[in-house]
Amino acid sequence: METEVTLRVDGVDHRLAVDTRTTLLDALRERLGNTSPKKGCDHGQCGACTVLLDGQRANSCLALAVAHDGCEIVTAAGLAADGLHPVQRAFIDHDAFQCGYCTPGQIVSAVAMLAEAAAGRPSAATFDTPGDGPPDGPVDLAADPDEIRERMSGNLCRCAAYANMVPAIQEVADS
Amino acid sequence: MRPFRYARATDPAGAVALLAGSPQAAYLGGGTNLVDLMKLDVARPDLLVDIRGVTSRSIEELPDGGVRVGAGVSNSDLAADPLIRHRYPVIAQAVVSGASTQLRNLATVGGNLLQRTRCLYFQDVTTPCNKREPGTGCSAIDGHNRDLAVLGASPDCIATQPSDLAVALAAMDATVQTLGPDGGRNIPLTELHRLPGAEPQADNVLAHGELITAVDLPPLPFATRSWYRKIRDRASYAFALVSVAAAIDIADGRVRDVRIALGGVAHKPWRATRAEDLLRGGPVTEERLHRAAAAELADARPQSDNAFKIPLARNAVVRTLLDLAADTR
Repeated sequence: METEVTLRVDGVDHRLAVDTRTTLLDALRERLGNTSPKKGCDHGQCGACTVLLDGQRANSCLALAVAHDGCEIVTAAGLAADGLHPVQRAFIDHDAFQCGYCTPGQIVSAVAMLAEAAAGRPSAATFDTPGDGPPDGPVDLAADPDEIRERMSGNLCRCAAYANMVPAIQEVADS
Repeated sequence: MRPFRYARATDPAGAVALLAGSPQAAYLGGGTNLVDLMKLDVARPDLLVDIRGVTSRSIEELPDGGVRVGAGVSNSDLAADPLIRHRYPVIAQAVVSGASTQLRNLATVGGNLLQRTRCLYFQDVTTPCNKREPGTGCSAIDGHNRDLAVLGASPDCIATQPSDLAVALAAMDATVQTLGPDGGRNIPLTELHRLPGAEPQADNVLAHGELITAVDLPPLPFATRSWYRKIRDRASYAFALVSVAAAIDIADGRVRDVRIALGGVAHKPWRATRAEDLLRGGPVTEERLHRAAAAELADARPQSDNAFKIPLARNAVVRTLLDLAADTR
């Protein structure tokens, strides 16, 4: 069953008719030719399909396009519209990937994570001692690699390039 | 995925009416569990009624000092909310211990409570499963059951309820507000989910089309000191083998009040009332905690691969309460 939706992708509006079963990931890759988000597991377990959906990171493989009519999507490709994003630069400088398949999802996730930590949104690592909740205010990612590992845990890397991703993200968080 | 129709509800009553007329229809919230189950052919709705525009996305203080959480609030927003973080840290902590930020941004509070079991056989349509297809049998009882229930299971189903949030809400005595074809009602969170018995296809007591509109948290001043301990196979991004949500109120060296709920052990969040009753009125000692935890798990029955969960749950209760009490004994 087809429905018309409008998706704003990396700053450009697209009007398209989609089957109700079409996920945002398939709309991006198969209909709009934007292969930056990757199809890894297609079940919300690997994070390779991560995009910014109305400013927040989300698994595009579990979001139905029909339910997100009018939304704004930013992919890793869109982050580089005006030259490389600092997180992309840091991933290159730190050799924070091997095969690269998970990298666009990792980068979108890291960009969102930096904003979440700056806004004081907690992670499981923020709750580090039993008792009262953690203090309010920004979370210092540069000083706490456990926060980075926890907050990036929804993005898997089969090459296990994690060891270089953490310092790449720390560097951006520190700058 | 099978074809389905899509409709966007404009108000709660309209959503309920749409579902009431369609026995195979389902509500769509964040979709993080439902869409996955549709891909797996486990869920086969012929109509999705999108309720994200009709359930409240606000968190507000109630006159009695409690808090009302709209069912449409995202899991991420719930965990970040100052009222929740300060008054019920166990809830915020339980939420961020589950899934990933990408999933929590999409997932709603109402949907979190209604997510289906992650039993491998329930999710695999090539195997018998009484929950998925009543009467076909339970593959888990003689299969891989390491993750499954040790309390309250039945010969027909040993699935566990996967939500971390539900465990924390059970400990906090939360109430779920619903709207159904026959009007609204309030359901204590501890009575929302059910034990499998002979009807494991029903995860909870909601009627078809009954919509969760909000979750109410009663005031519980001592919950400002609370903790969620989740034990799993990896450090992050995995379902609980065992989890404990706890809060404790200690005065003059004695337990004035305590709340304990267990996750990962049953078909519902397991409120540990037996242990709570044994702990009230006495000092917080390791010995008393062990006795209370042992009483709570006394009726536990292991499957072939999950006997480890029984001592794990006992020890998790003891450790969590010892840690919580450490500064106040």
